[in-house]
Amino acid sequence: MKTNKLWAAQLFFCLALFLLVLGLIGGVLGAITYVAPDFMKDFQGLNKLRPLHVSYVMFWILTAAIGGVYGGLSLLSSRPLSKTLIVIQLFFWLIALLGISYAYWNGHFGGREYWEFNPIWALPIALSWLVFLIHFFHLAKGIKKWPVYVWMWMTGTCFFLFIFLENYLWLFPYFRSHFITDMTIQWKVNGSLVGSFNQLVYGVSFFVIDRISGIDSSKIGSSKKAFAMYFLGLFNLMFNWGHHIYTLPTAEYIRYIGYIVSMTEWIIFINIVYNWRKSLEVTKRFYYFFPYRFMMAADIWVFINVGIATLLSIPVLNIYTHGTHVTVAHSMGTTIGINTMILFSTLFLFFTPNSKLNKPIPPFLNFTFWLVQVSLLVFFIALNIAGLIKGLWQLDPNHDSFGAMMQRLQPYFWVFLIAGIVLAMAILAIIFKALNYLQLKLKEE
Amino acid sequence: MNFRPIYIFGFLCILFLGYSMHIYWLPVFSKDSNDPITAEKIAAGRQVWQKYNCQTCHQLYGLGGYLGPDLTNVYSRLYESPEALKIFFKGGLKQMPVFDMSPEEEDLLVEFLKATDKSGSADPRNFHLQKDGMIQAYENK
Repeated sequence: MKTNKLWAAQLFFCLALFLLVLGLIGGVLGAITYVAPDFMKDFQGLNKLRPLHVSYVMFWILTAAIGGVYGGLSLLSSRPLSKTLIVIQLFFWLIALLGISYAYWNGHFGGREYWEFNPIWALPIALSWLVFLIHFFHLAKGIKKWPVYVWMWMTGTCFFLFIFLENYLWLFPYFRSHFITDMTIQWKVNGSLVGSFNQLVYGVSFFVIDRISGIDSSKIGSSKKAFAMYFLGLFNLMFNWGHHIYTLPTAEYIRYIGYIVSMTEWIIFINIVYNWRKSLEVTKRFYYFFPYRFMMAADIWVFINVGIATLLSIPVLNIYTHGTHVTVAHSMGTTIGINTMILFSTLFLFFTPNSKLNKPIPPFLNFTFWLVQVSLLVFFIALNIAGLIKGLWQLDPNHDSFGAMMQRLQPYFWVFLIAGIVLAMAILAIIFKALNYLQLKLKEE
Repeated sequence: MNFRPIYIFGFLCILFLGYSMHIYWLPVFSKDSNDPITAEKIAAGRQVWQKYNCQTCHQLYGLGGYLGPDLTNVYSRLYESPEALKIFFKGGLKQMPVFDMSPEEEDLLVEFLKATDKSGSADPRNFHLQKDGMIQAYENK
């Protein structure tokens, strides 16, 4: 009997898809509160819905990234996966997920932004990640020369644990009794943590592109240019977070370091532009291969988001958009447009049955793919316009009340809500099809 | 010569750890004017802020949620009146739910918001632009 090497990846992706469904429901309900103030007010409205949405979506990305890493390692390493370690990792992960859901549902907060649950539930997350880290090094020992994406996975895995623990330094009175330093550390953590899971996701994307293009990974994944871009990403993960806190009265050099390091992201942007022609050729070659379609979309969203983010890292421009919906648009553009597209590409590579892999894309999938892109673009534009209006209001010397400004944003919130509902429906349709493919693949095997 | 990524990785990690440690030690060098009891109250007030998940809708220094206004300087905006703040804690406007805070929690939250107000200004109008692209807060907010 042929053994399924991708079983762990498929298992983590299935759990991740379930979390994505919950995240989408939380997101749509949360968006409704922007246009209907009394919506679910008895349930505490956005106070519970936003953490539910953010946490489930974040866990979708993390769980799927773990799946992608396991998928890659199971194909690259000479060592087999350890079922025991995966069971232990999943056990702690599920305990954390159940605990967090229970905490949010009952309003047991106490944590900080993005991790609002009672800090007790951070413990099973850290334990689960520790098991993942041990397993990662066990499997990576079975790879002779690490291509760049294995370095990226190692970086993401190690840094996530370190930064996640740093996220809870506030539990010590020494840190929480100094408000400005405490906030500096909080945003150091938030910036770097995103960088750490981006290392996992972008590593997976490198791996998938290698697999799709069929080019020998020892050539592309080990090139000096690939490593230079990896180190640039790592450098930004470590030091660019200061661009979140330009208005915070923390030490000036912290803000300058964030500013200067963020400007190195122009190199990434220029590299994208420089490689545009080559990317177009690859797109033409693989356009009709469905897993690649999502990678192509991610490429375009990277271009848009890196360009905007680097511009907004310049403090004189940042002051216009800081604390506005432009930041939300950026988060949505990166988590949906980049991370989710890369992870969908990976899951379709792992889920698609061989009999369907090189066949024309079914019209239904083609339609839902484009529906996701168009609705995300409308969603993104609506948030950016709302953010710019708020930004101009913030700087107006004679501005009216916050409530009056929010009232003017209502038409954009309606567009954001409708586009969000369409986006959620289209993603649900893709999830349904992906699970259908997995079922066929498992039958085939 | 063989390219060894581990050296660059190690070098960057040492820089990162050094920078992190430096930031952890910042409070030691800060000229914090709060006495220990007030500092403790402010820290406890921030925990009340977290307990009721205020950051979901509100911001401090532009960081947080987007549904409600930034509260860094709400104490000044409400004429430095703790009572006015407490009315908001109890009442809840529009989407804001009604929170069942104890009087002690209300006092601690007021103490925290007083401290955020004292720490600086989050109003973008109180910043001037520099030639190098950086922004700087005016001395007097």
